[in-house]
Amino acid sequence: MARRAFALNRLPGFTLIAFITFFLLYLPILTLVVFSFNAEASMSIWGGFSVDWYRAAFANRTVQEVSLRSLVIAVSAASVATTAATLAALATTRTPTFRGQTLIYALIHQPLMVPEIVTGVALLIFFAVIKVYTGYTGLAYLIAAHSAFCIPFAYLPIRARLQTMDITLERAAADLYATPLQTFRRITLPLLMPGILAGFMLAFVISLDTVVITEFVKSAGQDTLATYMLGQIRRAVTPEMYAISTLFLLLSILAVAVFFLLSRQRLG
Amino acid sequence: MTPNVTQSDIEIIDLSKIFGSGDEAFKAVDHISVHIPDNEFFTLLGPSGCGKTTLLRLIAGFEQPSSGWIKLGGQDITALSPNHRPVNTVFQSYALFPHMSVADNVGFGLRMLGQSRRQIQHTVSEMLALVEMESLASRRPAQISGGQQQRVALARALAPRPRVLLLDEPLSALDLKLRKTMQTELKRLQAETGITFVFVTHDQQEALTLSDQIAVMHNGQILQVGTPQGIYNHPAERFVADFIGDSNFLSATVVQTNGHSAQVQLRSGAAIRASLPSTLAAAVGSSVTVVVRPEQATLADQGVLQGTLEQSLYFGTDTQMQIRLADGELFNLRRQNTIGQPALPAPGAAVQIAIAEGAAQVVRH
Repeated sequence: MARRAFALNRLPGFTLIAFITFFLLYLPILTLVVFSFNAEASMSIWGGFSVDWYRAAFANRTVQEVSLRSLVIAVSAASVATTAATLAALATTRTPTFRGQTLIYALIHQPLMVPEIVTGVALLIFFAVIKVYTGYTGLAYLIAAHSAFCIPFAYLPIRARLQTMDITLERAAADLYATPLQTFRRITLPLLMPGILAGFMLAFVISLDTVVITEFVKSAGQDTLATYMLGQIRRAVTPEMYAISTLFLLLSILAVAVFFLLSRQRLG
Repeated sequence: MTPNVTQSDIEIIDLSKIFGSGDEAFKAVDHISVHIPDNEFFTLLGPSGCGKTTLLRLIAGFEQPSSGWIKLGGQDITALSPNHRPVNTVFQSYALFPHMSVADNVGFGLRMLGQSRRQIQHTVSEMLALVEMESLASRRPAQISGGQQQRVALARALAPRPRVLLLDEPLSALDLKLRKTMQTELKRLQAETGITFVFVTHDQQEALTLSDQIAVMHNGQILQVGTPQGIYNHPAERFVADFIGDSNFLSATVVQTNGHSAQVQLRSGAAIRASLPSTLAAAVGSSVTVVVRPEQATLADQGVLQGTLEQSLYFGTDTQMQIRLADGELFNLRRQNTIGQPALPAPGAAVQIAIAEGAAQVVRH
C-alpha cells in the first residue's frame, strides 16, 4: 500500500514542533527545579545557588512526619493493590472465556472512569458511618481508599505481561507432573515478577500523588506529603516547597524509571 | 489387563473434540478410533488443520474430549489431568523454561515427581549425555541455538521415563540440514529408550523416513493407518495418494473383481490389473480412480497408454517426463538416470506407457 511509505518525520517543521512541545511540557518543571536552588526567597529573582531550602525542608519536623506517613500509606496500598491486581489479571487471562468477562474488565477499571471527586465524596460518607460504629480513626481508611484506587494501575502492566507470556510454558510444567499450585509457584510467578514489580511501582507513585481522595478520607492530623504541600501553598509559596517538590519529583522519576525498566525486560 | 495388550500401547476409542457450539461448531477430531502399539514410532500425518495436533493434545490431557475414551496400557486415562498422565510432550516451540538452566529444565519433571537430589542429578547427566548436551548444562535456554534447545526439550521430556512421548512437529523450526540430523537422532532415541513415540508432522518425507506406522489424517478423521511402504504403495484414498508422494490418477471402469484385486479398463481401452483396498467395494461396471506412481510407469514399445511427450525435466538422480495422454490428461513418468539407458524421445514425440505389474491401485474418491 502506498500509505505505508508515508513518513511523518519528513514533513516540514516536524523536528521543530517536537522540540517546542517537549520544551513547553518541561519548562514549568525545569523552572521549579532551578528556583529550588535559589538563594533568594523570591519567586522571580535569581539570587545565586544555594541548598538552604533543602536543608530547611529536611529539618522541618512536619515534613518528616507527613513524608513518613505518605510512604507507609503508599507501600501498604501498593502491596494490597498489586496482590488484588495479580489475582484479577490471572483470573482474566488464565481461565476460559466466561460470560460477563467484559463487565469484569469495566469493573476493574472503575477507578479510572469514575471522577475522583465523586469517589472522594462517596468514601467520606461511607467511612463516616463506619467511624461512628467502630470508633476507629486510624490510617486504615486511607490505605483502603488508596488500595482500591490503585488496583487498575497495578493491573495494567501485570495483565500485559501475562498476555505476552507463552501459555505453553504452563502446559509444559503440567505435562512434567507439576500440580497447578507448583506450576504457579515455579513457572508463572517467577516469569510474572517483572510485571508485578512494575505494577507495584506504578501503584506506589499513584498513591503518593493522590490528593483528592486523601483530602476527603483523612482524619485530623493525617496529612500526607501531597495534602500538606497543598495546605502550605494555600498560605504562602516558599522556596522550601520548591525543594520538597523537586525531591518528590525525583522519587517519582525513580519509581517510574524502575517501572519502565521492568516492563521492558524481555521474557527469557 | 487383557492379554495381547502390552503395557504402553494407546487405544483411542471413538474420540471426538468439538470446538465452539451451534453453527460455529468445529469438529477438530471426528470419531477417531485407532490403536498405537507399544514401543513404536507412530506418526500422525496430515495437512494443517486436519486435527493431528488436537489429537495429540487430547492424549497429553491439555484438551478434554467431547466424547470417547483414551486408554493407556488398558487403563482409562480420559479423565486424568496432564500432571497425572505418564506421558510427556516435546512442544513445537520447545517451551523451555527461560528462567532455568538447561540442567534445571531437564530435571524439572523429576523434581515434581519428588525424586531425591542424587537421583535427579544422575538422571539429568544421563539424559544430557544421551542428547550430547553435557557441556551446556549450566546455560540458559536463550544462550543456546535452536537445534540445541530442541535436544534439551527432548531430554526434558524423556527424563521422567514416560510411557509415551508425544512430539508436536518438533523439527519444523529447524533448517533442512539440522532437521535431517535430528530425524536420525529421533529414530535412534526411540530405539534406545523403547518408549512409544507419537509424532505429529505435515511433512510426508519425514513421516516416511521415521515411522513404523503412519496414520494419515484429514478433516478430523484418520483415513488410513499403515506402514510407510503400505501407505505409499497401497493408498486407500485419493487424498492419501495425493498427499504422500506424486501420483497419476486415471479414470477406469471395473471389469471384474477378485478379492484383493480388480481388472479395470482404462480410457485408452487397455485393461490392467489393479489392487483393491479391503475397505472399498467396487461393483463390476462402476467407474473408479486408479493411482499409478510416476516411477512405476515406463516407456515401452507396446504400452497400455498412448500419448505425446510434452517436456522432460532433469533432476539429477532421475528425469521426469510429462506426457499428454490421448484423453487430454497429463501423466507424469519418472526414470532413474542410470548409465546406458536409451536416449529420451524428443518433445512432441508419440510415446507408449507401460505400467509395472502390481503398481496400479484403485482408490476411494
